[in-house]
Amino acid sequence: MKNDVIIKVENATKLYGINKPEAIKLAKEGADKETIQKKTGVTIALWDVSFEVQRGEIFVIIGLSGSGKSTLVRCFNKLNKLTSGKIFYEDRDVEKLNKKELLDFRREKISMVFQNFGLMSHRTVIDNVAYGLEVKSVPKEERYDRAREMISMVGLEGWEDQPIESLSGGMKQRVGLARALANDPEVLLMDEPFSALDPLVKRDMQFELLSIQEKLQKTVIFITHDINEAFKLGTTVAIMKDGKLIQLDTPQNMFMHPADEYVSKFIDSADRGKVFTAKHVMVTPRCIVRPKDAPEQAIREMRSYDVSTAYAVDARMSFLGVITIDDALLARKENLPLDSFIKKEVCTTPPETLLSDILQTAADSKYPIAVVDEKNRLQGIISRSAVLSSL
Amino acid sequence: MDNYLLQFPEAWQFDVGDSIDIWIKTVSQDHREVFTAIKTAVITSVKGIYSLLEMTPWWLLIFIVMILGWRMSGKKRVGALFGAMLFFVGSSGLWVHMLQTLSIVIAAVILSVILGFPLGILIAMSKRAESIIRPILDLMQTMPTFVYLVPAVILFSIGMTPALMATTIYAVVPMIRLTSHGINHVDTEVVEAAKAFGSTTLQALIKVQIPQAKSTIMAGLNQTIMMAMSMVVTCALIGANGLGMEILIATNRTEMGKALMPGIAIVIIAIILDRLTQGLIKKSEATKT
Repeated sequence: MKNDVIIKVENATKLYGINKPEAIKLAKEGADKETIQKKTGVTIALWDVSFEVQRGEIFVIIGLSGSGKSTLVRCFNKLNKLTSGKIFYEDRDVEKLNKKELLDFRREKISMVFQNFGLMSHRTVIDNVAYGLEVKSVPKEERYDRAREMISMVGLEGWEDQPIESLSGGMKQRVGLARALANDPEVLLMDEPFSALDPLVKRDMQFELLSIQEKLQKTVIFITHDINEAFKLGTTVAIMKDGKLIQLDTPQNMFMHPADEYVSKFIDSADRGKVFTAKHVMVTPRCIVRPKDAPEQAIREMRSYDVSTAYAVDARMSFLGVITIDDALLARKENLPLDSFIKKEVCTTPPETLLSDILQTAADSKYPIAVVDEKNRLQGIISRSAVLSSL
Repeated sequence: MDNYLLQFPEAWQFDVGDSIDIWIKTVSQDHREVFTAIKTAVITSVKGIYSLLEMTPWWLLIFIVMILGWRMSGKKRVGALFGAMLFFVGSSGLWVHMLQTLSIVIAAVILSVILGFPLGILIAMSKRAESIIRPILDLMQTMPTFVYLVPAVILFSIGMTPALMATTIYAVVPMIRLTSHGINHVDTEVVEAAKAFGSTTLQALIKVQIPQAKSTIMAGLNQTIMMAMSMVVTCALIGANGLGMEILIATNRTEMGKALMPGIAIVIIAIILDRLTQGLIKKSEATKT
């Protein structure tokens, strides 16, 4: 996935108003958005924004209203035209597409999901989903087949012939998503798609999006003003303010190194448990024993590290369980092999698990949680205090 | 050389009225065949509509209106009321006059839709067209009708043709205005969605904007019909037969009772046409959220 750039934005600038040269001059002198608006009547929607989007990632753009994020997303499919700067899709300059090329670009490569759904209320569910295919003259049978497939993927089977108004908000956005996917685009633009939904439905839809993304591997450019949503979905997150790009980073890096005061204030409200995973807080277990080891050796190991539990792994580093110092002493006394004393009731978790999901387990369990990979190999351990202190 | 400050100086006055009169007369003489052709076309179509109405047995027409009234309102009561009202018009001896009036109104409404709908779309799509056509619409709506009745009579002589022209000029305006209003006020995201999925301008218009604007366009149609009805008496002045002519004759003879009956008949037709088209608006709103 590294360095397979699908979209490249270079110095994108968008101004609304008449006296643009004056506004550009002021902006270059470092005047802020409000001053420029007052002096020249020009609104700066985007100022000198540059970044790259990798193929297959969920690229989240976050900012408050008026930060230029919705303006920016509409430049990718040329619903908005840039005042200056360039946007490349693969090697093609989106701004330079002619009428015919633009239609084809919108029909084949890029599609969009809207905040208030943007559904056509005079059409049924299936005719909404098939709209993109209809405008490029796909025969009726074929487009309905494709639309049905999409409708069932978003879990709306049986609703094909219903009018839009009979759907709930969450269902409407599923239709919006199905419509956007029906064209099999490379890039999915999502302009605050879940902002109009209530929290429970929102969570379902986020899950739906992640599972669809996993299946189809589309590039998603996702706009939101909800920091938790951004960190939950985003592989890369871009924070915007007053038309400028403030920071572009992975959620974890953003937490650890916020670019400025604004970013740290923004992420203050975020739930760290939903950003950091087991991998980020686990530590290497200090004392590892093998079941075939003599009890005497295990006791010596534990004493030398000054710990009361050791982690038992086999020759392939597969995790077996824990052995306490008391059990090891008992084994020595009764002259039994160590493996009959291994405690198996230790919780394990994959490294990608979110901290918020292991919080409860960590609080309840007697021993630290073992982090294991998909082959059950021990990666590290997480103590209760590590989880709690990281949040 | 009196006081220029108090009285408008006579030397600055000019009169274009005469030259316009002469121009109209010359045009009407030089292009007589054109106007005759228009006149023939108008008379043929209005007469066509009239004979269609006349061919329909009276009880069938009443029955159709009853059914429509029931379907549009969802209440049988309304249908029955409409039927009774029409029966009243017939029993007042005004059936034929009603058909005459209706045929001009229908012709004017059809003409208004043919002209007004595309013009409304044009205004909605093009800023330049809007800046040119809007003032003309204001002019058409505020200019007293009699001012253009006279040239219409000169060009087409009295009768149905100038009546249809005058009615159309007056009634086409809401069709144009509400069509453009409806199309301009379709939800932005819906229009953006149409574009984002690669619709051409024409596809977006036909598949999305017009269907979404349908209820507003229907309101325009309703207004157009109502305005056409309001021109009925004015049209009688230039020789259009029908209920308006009955009112005009009775008024000239100061027979108030005789004027009242066709007056009531006009009100009845207006109410029925209004409620039926209101029903259309509600139906198209039902498919829209």
